[in-house]
Amino acid sequence: MFFTVFLIKATAQADMDGIMMTKNNFCTGVMYNYSNWKNYWEGDFKRDNANLGTVSTRMIGLMGNYGITDKLNVLFSIPYVQTKASDGTLKGMKGFQDLSLQVKWMPWETKIGRGDFSIYGVGGVSFPVTNYVADFLPMSIGLHSKNILLRGMVDYQLGKFFVTASGTYVKRSNVTIDRSSYYTTEMHYTNEVKMPDAAEFNFRIGYRSSSLVAELVLDNWTTLGGFDIRKNDMPFLSNKMIATKAGIGVKYTVYKLPGLSLIGGGNYTISGKNVGQSSTIYGGAFYVLDFDKKKKTTDINQK
Amino acid sequence: MRKHIRVTLFLFVVAAFLHESCNKSITEKIESFPALTPAKTDINAGTWKTILLNSPTEYSVIAPIATNTPAYIAEINEIKSFQRNLTDKQKASIKYWSAGAVLRWNEILRELVAIHNLAPYQNEDGTYPAPNAANPFAYPQFPFSNPPYASRSYAYVSAAQYDALVAAWHYKKLYNRSAPYKLDSSINALVPASGLPSYPSEDAVVAGVTVEMLKLLFPGDLAYIQQKAEEHTLYRIMAGANVRSEIEAGEALGKQVAQKFAARGRTDRAGQAIGNATYWKSLEDQTIAKGEACWISLESPKRPPMLPLFCKVKPFLFDSLTVISLRPPPPPSTNSAEFKKETEEVMFYSKNSTRERMRIVHFWADGTGTYSPPGHWNAIAAEEFVNLDYSEVRWARNLALLNMSLMDAGIVCWDAKYFYFNPRPSQTDPNIKTLTGVPNFPAYTSGHSTFSSAAATVLSHILPDKAQQFSDMAEEASMSRLYGAIHYRSDCEAGLASGKKVGAYAVQRALTDGADQ
Repeated sequence: MFFTVFLIKATAQADMDGIMMTKNNFCTGVMYNYSNWKNYWEGDFKRDNANLGTVSTRMIGLMGNYGITDKLNVLFSIPYVQTKASDGTLKGMKGFQDLSLQVKWMPWETKIGRGDFSIYGVGGVSFPVTNYVADFLPMSIGLHSKNILLRGMVDYQLGKFFVTASGTYVKRSNVTIDRSSYYTTEMHYTNEVKMPDAAEFNFRIGYRSSSLVAELVLDNWTTLGGFDIRKNDMPFLSNKMIATKAGIGVKYTVYKLPGLSLIGGGNYTISGKNVGQSSTIYGGAFYVLDFDKKKKTTDINQK
Repeated sequence: MRKHIRVTLFLFVVAAFLHESCNKSITEKIESFPALTPAKTDINAGTWKTILLNSPTEYSVIAPIATNTPAYIAEINEIKSFQRNLTDKQKASIKYWSAGAVLRWNEILRELVAIHNLAPYQNEDGTYPAPNAANPFAYPQFPFSNPPYASRSYAYVSAAQYDALVAAWHYKKLYNRSAPYKLDSSINALVPASGLPSYPSEDAVVAGVTVEMLKLLFPGDLAYIQQKAEEHTLYRIMAGANVRSEIEAGEALGKQVAQKFAARGRTDRAGQAIGNATYWKSLEDQTIAKGEACWISLESPKRPPMLPLFCKVKPFLFDSLTVISLRPPPPPSTNSAEFKKETEEVMFYSKNSTRERMRIVHFWADGTGTYSPPGHWNAIAAEEFVNLDYSEVRWARNLALLNMSLMDAGIVCWDAKYFYFNPRPSQTDPNIKTLTGVPNFPAYTSGHSTFSSAAATVLSHILPDKAQQFSDMAEEASMSRLYGAIHYRSDCEAGLASGKKVGAYAVQRALTDGADQ
């Protein structure tokens, strides 16, 4: 959608990085994310809209990651989202959005050359936790579909440098809206909207040590179907939404308090269709709790 | 062990989601409409009161050829050749169209309205281009089917269909030709058999009259419209319900009747409804002269008001002087304490939206890219009528009553809007944020309220058992505009009151048109 779909990606990045939590460790924290756009695309037509001005989205997310084993983690995140348009009359929306639950598994790890190569599989679901209004784009806080995602990921670390690449398939359920009919490229007489599935590709490269991760990120989200916003029409849930974003991310583990890590970063939409050209910054703090009495310290960057 | 429980639980959740995410098929309401099976043929409908035609015989339909002639037998053979080898696509077409000609063309019209219900994007200099009927393909495409334009489209199409079918029924009774499936037992009736004479074909009458009307109303969509008309008339032949000469006679009659309505449409002043800069300015000046705050477009760049001279369009149910006599009393003065109080009430709904009120706002919004409020009431009516086994002519009569009242409600409402020219709540208090888009025309009276009340009045007359339901729906549609924070309460109440008065004219017509005698 205009922005919200990507918010979760930007924040819950633990599901897209080549890092596993150690067994019986639980990492939890809070993220803050601010995103806005002034320009957006109606199909390929890029425009601004003085009746919206700048549309901004603020999000606070609670998230966590628990190591069942060193090779099997479970993750969750739950964001509270608030939208606002700087101009025009449309009222911003706010509320808890979608709960996301994922399992991250690292089945295989080997040496290639002098570096470490590992393969990951991620499976998860997300679903709305409140009955928020989805059919009020661009002010809606989410799309209200229930989703299943499957992700394959590879990671290669050579010394302190790494590359990670992943591909994700997101299966999305139909969404029920408050209207009894709507037009896409034809008239529909139902309150159910068929949502196109989506694919996401994510590529990260950078520096990774036990105390610092600094990375460049390239991300593409593409709905596999959907239709273009017509000129001067409102956006709709099942639009064809494409966004390619470039960004940076940093994670710093506090030396004197090794359980605490701080993260921050940002990204910019370099091209898209039927989405806002958003700029995003985020920051957060995470703390690792070790439930394993035998070990004394925790290093979340230790694979 | 605990790990296994967690993993198993997770797999269950995934399985439940897989079920929901993979099962995407949606059955839309209109797909399940049954084949039209009229309870009565309404064989005397040729005597029903017409709208524009002077008499049902104003356009002649020549007598059909005898059923024992080689020409007729050749036409029967055409049906047989289709029926020997119907493809799945042809069968699907039969199933689709058999729900009814008036119903399906009403749905097509609703779709055309939705396609064209987009306000033009601004020029570089902040002005707005206007659609041009002479060049419908250039941006902005013609028409911009906003609510007034939509109401007029529904009314012309429905009224023309009705007159054409009354004429058709006259000739049906006169010539009393049996349907092909009655005359030749080897022809399968792929639609419910009926005792209604089949010359001229009522389906072809509807296709013919509608195509001609849509040439005027949606001139850029003719390829699509013609394709639908060809599918429609061919279906009657494939279904064994009409021979080709019955189709041709019906189409010819429909086209002739349409000419009469199209001629009215070209001179009903809708073409001038957009006004001009001088007129727009005069609306401001006269409001300021009265000492009232005047309406200002809340769009950026400021857009000229929507069709300010739509109030001058010639109504169907009464004359233009009646429009003025139906004008509601003035809204609270923009300087009054009452106005201030009403503005505060709008602010309350803006700030205190509930999920249920938001559902109501969005259910009734019918804004950009939709079939508009008049279209919504057509959909509501159609969903009722499909269960009532009407003949085609009765379908057309009931929709004509509904749609003439909707158009005239639009005219009366637009008269009030531009006579009083009063501001929207968000203009009065810019802190009022809205839960739906603010339409680009004055507040008093509410269009949704006027349309809905007129429609509910007409539908309640047609279906008295459902009167309370329709009235509740109109009330909800009306309040949706206050809940959405785009109208004051007095806009809604005055709109409901004048809609009811307009609806009463349609009811009066219904009592005397001969259909219920």
